[in-house]
Amino acid sequence: MRLRNISFNNLRRRKAKMIFLVTGLLIGIATIVTLLSITESMSRDIEDRLDQFGANIVMVPKSDDLSLSYGGISVGGVNYQTVEFDEARIPEIRTIENSNNLGMVAPKVLGTTKINDRNVLLMGVEFETELTLKNWWQFEGSPPSQANDLIIGSQAAATLKLAVGDTVKLGDKDFTVAALLKPTGASEDNLIIGDLHQFQAVLGKEGKVSMVEIAAFCRDCPITELVLQVAGKFPEAKVTALKQAVMSKMQSIEMFKNFSYGIAVLVIAIGSLLVFVTMMGSVNERTREIGIFRAIGFRRGHVMQIILLEALLVGLLGGVLGFVAGNSIAAAVLPFVMKNGTFAGVNTTLGGVSVLLAVSLSLLASLYPAHKASKLDPSEALRAL
Amino acid sequence: MTTTTENMHLIEIQDISKTYKSGDSEVHAIQHMDFYIDDGEFVGIMGQSGSGKSTLLSILGGLNHPSNGKILLDTLDVYNLTSEQRADLRSEYIGVIFQSFQLIPYLTVLENVKMPMAITGMKAKKQHEMAMSVLKKVGLENKADRLPDQLSGGEQERVAIARAIVNNPPILLADEPTGSLDSKTADEIMSLLKQLNEEGQTIIMVTHNPDACSHASRTITVKDGTCMIH
Repeated sequence: MRLRNISFNNLRRRKAKMIFLVTGLLIGIATIVTLLSITESMSRDIEDRLDQFGANIVMVPKSDDLSLSYGGISVGGVNYQTVEFDEARIPEIRTIENSNNLGMVAPKVLGTTKINDRNVLLMGVEFETELTLKNWWQFEGSPPSQANDLIIGSQAAATLKLAVGDTVKLGDKDFTVAALLKPTGASEDNLIIGDLHQFQAVLGKEGKVSMVEIAAFCRDCPITELVLQVAGKFPEAKVTALKQAVMSKMQSIEMFKNFSYGIAVLVIAIGSLLVFVTMMGSVNERTREIGIFRAIGFRRGHVMQIILLEALLVGLLGGVLGFVAGNSIAAAVLPFVMKNGTFAGVNTTLGGVSVLLAVSLSLLASLYPAHKASKLDPSEALRAL
Repeated sequence: MTTTTENMHLIEIQDISKTYKSGDSEVHAIQHMDFYIDDGEFVGIMGQSGSGKSTLLSILGGLNHPSNGKILLDTLDVYNLTSEQRADLRSEYIGVIFQSFQLIPYLTVLENVKMPMAITGMKAKKQHEMAMSVLKKVGLENKADRLPDQLSGGEQERVAIARAIVNNPPILLADEPTGSLDSKTADEIMSLLKQLNEEGQTIIMVTHNPDACSHASRTITVKDGTCMIH
């Protein structure tokens, strides 16, 4: 018989009591883990969504000429020779050091052509990428599904009197109007948007790209670093960061994170209190036993050893089960909390911290009543007998 | 533990008093008690409820600091020791049979009996031998794996006695050992205590039952905090 046998047997044979204690801890830890896991998953999801929400880096050919437009209004009819990128080189963007921070890379070809003797601006895009990047676009009709489908900007549609289903001849090819873009208040209103490769052929710019929009999110590095890395790959390009977009993304995520951490602190405080009260009550109930231990010659240290070993075991069990339960709840709840929400995965650091927190809380909560009980005059403790 | 000589008593109670404060008033539970107990004696301390006999027993057990006076245990001034030293003294010198058994409910009979040895550093095998030996002495060796609530009152009392004597303490304190037992079981328990005493065990028993005291070699009657020795 050793002191540890007393602790083990107490937990083993007083199952209801142990289940109550472990459940108290489990609820506290599971709540904390659930909240933090959901927060982490939501943060990642928000980051991913924001990454896809518009470009924040634009790569255009370098030019010595000054821009001749202001606020979207062209102030001169001067045309100048534009330089274009080779489409084959575009994948090089993804070879930069921080390629993991790159989201969408959307190449475009631009050029003019005539429809019914009117000059129109064509923009060839990779539809799938472009539609993900410009997910605020709204259409009349259906998003393009064929290579010869077109999206017509609202202003262009009005001017050219085009409707969904109309056929438009561009160069020697026939295209179908799949959708009309609802007014955006931006340049797209004047555009005819089609498939990149189809428009390269129409414009006689096979294998050429006029500009590239890049959606990048820098969680771990400054956006300017990404810009420099892209510029390093394309010395002939002018790469510009739209810092405002990045800053607003960062601010949105920070606000959400701060809110979540605020709630997590509150939950930790409530969880800790729950554990503390449960453990305190459990030890206080054992005054009679402590009196017996002391009366048969156990020192204070012996009594503390028994109680703290029990607290350690309960803490370990509660922490591990709480962590497992917390992750399971988070994974189960996320799809309801967030549309298309996916669980960010088990965070082992959080696991370690959870178990440590449970054990610490359990020990701390037991330490005070155990110390108090062990200091009781045995005759005082035995009055309960 | 040294052997008592002709002039040296096992326990000497020297002018002890115990006063409890209750609000502004004071309750004198024990007043100026003076007596001694020799090695091998079976002393019954008798008195009505509230007479101070249980307080006296807790003072004798090193559990309750007297307000005045001294307890010398084999010349050792018990209350001159620190609380932890007194715990060691209880572990080595004193076995206690509590009123209403006070077994630990989540430990088996064998584990309850082994409990006082958990702090001695004794090897597991030796602990087992000693525990089984005392269980045999009290007639419960075949119920070693039962939990206390699976035993009758008399059996629980026997376990309490086994636990109190397992470390071979020189002094056995018994607080109303027959208080919650029927008369037949009470007689059995008293016979067991008498047998232990005949084997040389010093026993100090508190009771309000004159029949129980008839087994004692000497009776101390406590009334209103003072004692009368018979």
